[in-house]
Amino acid sequence: MNVNRIRAQKTISAWGWLWIGLGLGFLGLVVGLPVINIFYQAFNKGLLAYWQGINTPQAWHAIGLTLTAVMIAVPLNTVFGISAAWMIARQQFWGRKLLLQLIDLPLTISPIIVGLMFVLLYSPLGSLFEYWVNQWNLKIIFAWPGLVLVTVFVTLPFVVREVLPALQDLGREQEESAKTLGANGWQVFWQVVLPNIRWAVLYGVLLSTARALGEFGAVSVVSGKIIGETNTLTLHIERMYLEYETIAAFAGASLLGLVALLTLICQELLRRYDNRIAS
Amino acid sequence: MSPLFQANQSRLYPWLLGWQWHLNQRVTQALVWVYFLFILVLPLSSLFWKASQEPLTDLWTAIAAPAAWDAYKLTLTTALIAASINTVFGLILAWILTRYTFPGKRIADALIDLPFALPGVVAGITLVALYGPGGIIGQIFDPGNPLGNLLEQLGLPEVSLTTSVIGVVLAQVYVTLPFVVRIVQPALLAIEPEVEEVAMTLGARPRQLFWRIILPQSLNSLLTGFTLVLARAIGEYGVVVILSGNIPYQTLVSTVYIYQRIEEFQLSQATAVAIVLLIMSVLLLGVANACQGWSRPWDAE
Repeated sequence: MNVNRIRAQKTISAWGWLWIGLGLGFLGLVVGLPVINIFYQAFNKGLLAYWQGINTPQAWHAIGLTLTAVMIAVPLNTVFGISAAWMIARQQFWGRKLLLQLIDLPLTISPIIVGLMFVLLYSPLGSLFEYWVNQWNLKIIFAWPGLVLVTVFVTLPFVVREVLPALQDLGREQEESAKTLGANGWQVFWQVVLPNIRWAVLYGVLLSTARALGEFGAVSVVSGKIIGETNTLTLHIERMYLEYETIAAFAGASLLGLVALLTLICQELLRRYDNRIAS
Repeated sequence: MSPLFQANQSRLYPWLLGWQWHLNQRVTQALVWVYFLFILVLPLSSLFWKASQEPLTDLWTAIAAPAAWDAYKLTLTTALIAASINTVFGLILAWILTRYTFPGKRIADALIDLPFALPGVVAGITLVALYGPGGIIGQIFDPGNPLGNLLEQLGLPEVSLTTSVIGVVLAQVYVTLPFVVRIVQPALLAIEPEVEEVAMTLGARPRQLFWRIILPQSLNSLLTGFTLVLARAIGEYGVVVILSGNIPYQTLVSTVYIYQRIEEFQLSQATAVAIVLLIMSVLLLGVANACQGWSRPWDAE
């Protein structure tokens, strides 16, 4: 596009260097140093201490639990995210605009409030579904289903928000041609639509996964933090930190830090594949 | 209806697809709605259900409790400070990333998104290890060090970058750093280079260029960024809970206040404050959308 042409200046004035210094200094202090510090603190006392920090039954359980929540929430939101984006892009129906507004809500609502909402729904004491929860002895709050539910809630918007603009850019012509040539609905989706929106889907999945792995506020409300049962990786890190197990806390943190850095690298790569993807 | 959408609508479409397709559409629609009702609408309505169970006077007492009140004041004040800091530095960062080439530019550009990707609790503990008392940078404020001694003589014996209001601001600045940069960047790119060149040839100084051309054209996105930062900072929990020390009436923000009420199982008090917070962030988001309605074409109808 014409307006996006690169016009970075090659020769930089003294004022330019001042602004660059200010900007980079700020970025370094607030983001750069902290991220380096994670790995410094984790490996500070050597590899053995690091391994001992990470190689505990609680830590492994926490990692497993976090991955379980991710593996349920992300595929679910990918399927429904693509369907919802498809509906909004291709169909006219009552409540279309409402749906668009609703989808953005999880990005706005504080994670603590998200946790509270699910406690108010499914807690065995004083909740909306109190009767059924007790009748059928459902374990949702302070158990893994609650963790999965809040993870699904907080990762809901990402796939929709990435896929929707991709579908709208794509337009209908190719789908219509496929239909006239005799393709059925599934063939149209798998062979025409999906190949065209695959980078957008992947980008949405990437953002959802990063968010799901790192969710902290909402899970700390619904988990009850039972060690070896409902402690996710972020909760494990918090616990280690509060117990002054600094190496163990930073060992866990280094895993999530690594995931975050990988996420950034993948974002860069995906943006190169599909320059339509903005941040 | 947006022009984009109209262009997509072909008259052939419904005719081509027949009743089976129509049925498929209906089933997908129904499934998606059920999913959204169950995952989104039901949890949201639980807040208002809980609020409706309580007498209005109780609700008001919970909303206006002194500790809750101090928490709102702290949250809003620190969010305003954080938003101002990030608007200034966000503009600087967006400016240098769009106008200059310098070593490490790509890394800087990628690093800006890090607060989106790095979990709050991880950011919290590393920020404490850096800026907390005895931390790598924080220790220069500790008593016994030159700067610490100077502060002590000035009558500020225990300045700390964490476990204080500064800690709350630092947490909110960290979390909301990407917003302004990412919103202002496209606005700066969209300013036609010719406009600046013409201004330069007509003898405009860099300062005039900034106040007369750059600022007016990016004002919209700066305002959007500012409001988004406010909305996000108000709801922040993960970094704040670790960095602020959570001292009631001093460094206890609203989200931590809600969390503590939930821990004590005072759900109606938690709900009352949560609704106040929710209304604030939805209003702020409305303002942000109003500032920038044009930038999301699929929203327009």
